[in-house]
Amino acid sequence: MLEDLKKLEKLINSELTSKVQKSIIENLELLIEINEEDLIDVVQFLKSNEKCKFRQLIDIAGVDYPDQEKRFRLVYLFLSHENNNRIKISINFESNQIINSLTKIFPSANWMEREVFDMYGIKFKNHPDLRRILTDYGFKGHPLRKDFPLTGFNEVRYSEKDKKVIYEPVKLEQNYRNFDFESPWEGTSYIKEINKIEKDGKKN
Amino acid sequence: MVKKTKSLNLNFGPQHPAAHGVLRLILELDGEIVEKADPHIGLLHRGTEKLIEQKTYTQALPYFDRLDYVAPMNQEHAFALASEKLLNIEVPIRAKYIRVIFCEIGRILSHILNVTTQALDVGALTPSLWGFEERETLMTFYERASGSRLHANYFRTGGVHQDIPLKLVEDIEKFCRSFPKIIDDLESLLTDNRIFKQRNVEIGIVSKQEALDHSFSGVMLRGSGIPWDLRRSQPYEIYKDLDFKIPIGKNGDCYDRYLCRIEEMRESVKIILQCVEKLPKGPVKSIDGKISPPNRDDLKQSMEALIHHFKLFTEGYRVPKGNVYTAVEAPKGEFGVYLISDGTNKPYRCKIRAPGFSHLQAMDYLIRGHMLADVPAVLGSLDIVFGEVDR
Repeated sequence: MLEDLKKLEKLINSELTSKVQKSIIENLELLIEINEEDLIDVVQFLKSNEKCKFRQLIDIAGVDYPDQEKRFRLVYLFLSHENNNRIKISINFESNQIINSLTKIFPSANWMEREVFDMYGIKFKNHPDLRRILTDYGFKGHPLRKDFPLTGFNEVRYSEKDKKVIYEPVKLEQNYRNFDFESPWEGTSYIKEINKIEKDGKKN
Repeated sequence: MVKKTKSLNLNFGPQHPAAHGVLRLILELDGEIVEKADPHIGLLHRGTEKLIEQKTYTQALPYFDRLDYVAPMNQEHAFALASEKLLNIEVPIRAKYIRVIFCEIGRILSHILNVTTQALDVGALTPSLWGFEERETLMTFYERASGSRLHANYFRTGGVHQDIPLKLVEDIEKFCRSFPKIIDDLESLLTDNRIFKQRNVEIGIVSKQEALDHSFSGVMLRGSGIPWDLRRSQPYEIYKDLDFKIPIGKNGDCYDRYLCRIEEMRESVKIILQCVEKLPKGPVKSIDGKISPPNRDDLKQSMEALIHHFKLFTEGYRVPKGNVYTAVEAPKGEFGVYLISDGTNKPYRCKIRAPGFSHLQAMDYLIRGHMLADVPAVLGSLDIVFGEVDR
């Protein structure tokens, strides 16, 4: 398993050379970081290359890092049935950048990109139908951004007076409490030590 | 004079019994032929991913029951595996067997619901009445293990919440002995039924290539003849020690997918029987006290256990930095969790990959050129549950 991944990493590094910024194998998973302008080329290569054959796009995950200059990150997950492999491609970019859409290469990217657009406000070039998908009609804001409050801005209810569903600003009876549990909880380490001894004992 | 025709827009749902939940489908019709379908989803969107970012790992788990509420434990499984991979802990062997038993029970639960409601959509009432009786039995098993029929919260990081009693194992075995007969009965109602075949054969055909392009997984993939099952190709837990077959379809139409589901139920029964037979003794959760909570007994005796219990249920455990994608073969397809941890007690990001999302996306491509009456048949065979599509 690990050897296959290393082989694949080598192949991708040698074929794409400068396009690969960084490649990491972590938890038996291969992650390749690339520039956002190379996205189409890299994905095209991964799909068509005889030794890669990543012919299924599993998902597109957006991540928000508000403190960083390149605020957003998109992680594309691919699967190859032929080689029984998975790969992750990630791109980092600033909040106003427009990313190339993958809909031409993978039709299933359509809704996935719509979801990213809906949740993070990331725009895609050449997308056939970039609308909101999961949130309400007429919704404002992008909920999965870290600066979007958990409670949101508007709430809906049925108004007996107006005989219809109305939108109102969120009213909380009690503030949302976010406890800080970041205490150093070291505790004893003997359980781990016992484990270690047991494992070592078995090996001997 | 040429007669001008106008296409008709039809709004299907969001409240429609055949929409399998809250789906709003805008159909463009030319007579009775569907020209375009635009599914509007998100009516059940609860912001699960946002909520999980605010909760500790222990608190995040129950949200997974509420995704695909037809087979709750399969979803929990993906999250439990993801956090275990990041924490790099080993699950005791008995817990693995229990997990597999309940995953397969979940698969049967989901397939019964799908097969019978698909039959209901095309006009057969009886299968659903027979099937739901069995579902009730299975959910009692859920209840006896976890205390809850649906929202089990049973697969915890490091194992399962509680051990199962011996009587429950016996009852599960008894059920498995009698259930194939029920599948036979269901099949006698549907498989050779003329009306059922007329409504399903050669409807919603998916070619191999299209199945790949549209990110299909699970039965949608296997129905089109691609032999791919994560339990076999990327085995997790103890699946590689078990003997089971993976049914695949030939034509990729609604009828083949129905047959696949029926066969998968039979295989699940076999898997459960093997697990019940081999079920080893031992602990059911990790012995690392920093991750799995102490026993009730210890809590009354040991100060340290009390401290651990308090800390685990307030602060929770911390997960090392890193990101991981784990997928399980849920009844509906590949259910995956992409977890990013920043080293604290809460996930930084948890992306949920729901199989139904990709399947529903292909609705437009599947239904084009079909008749209006085929919409419920195709929708039924996609096996959509809105809890997971909308998240």
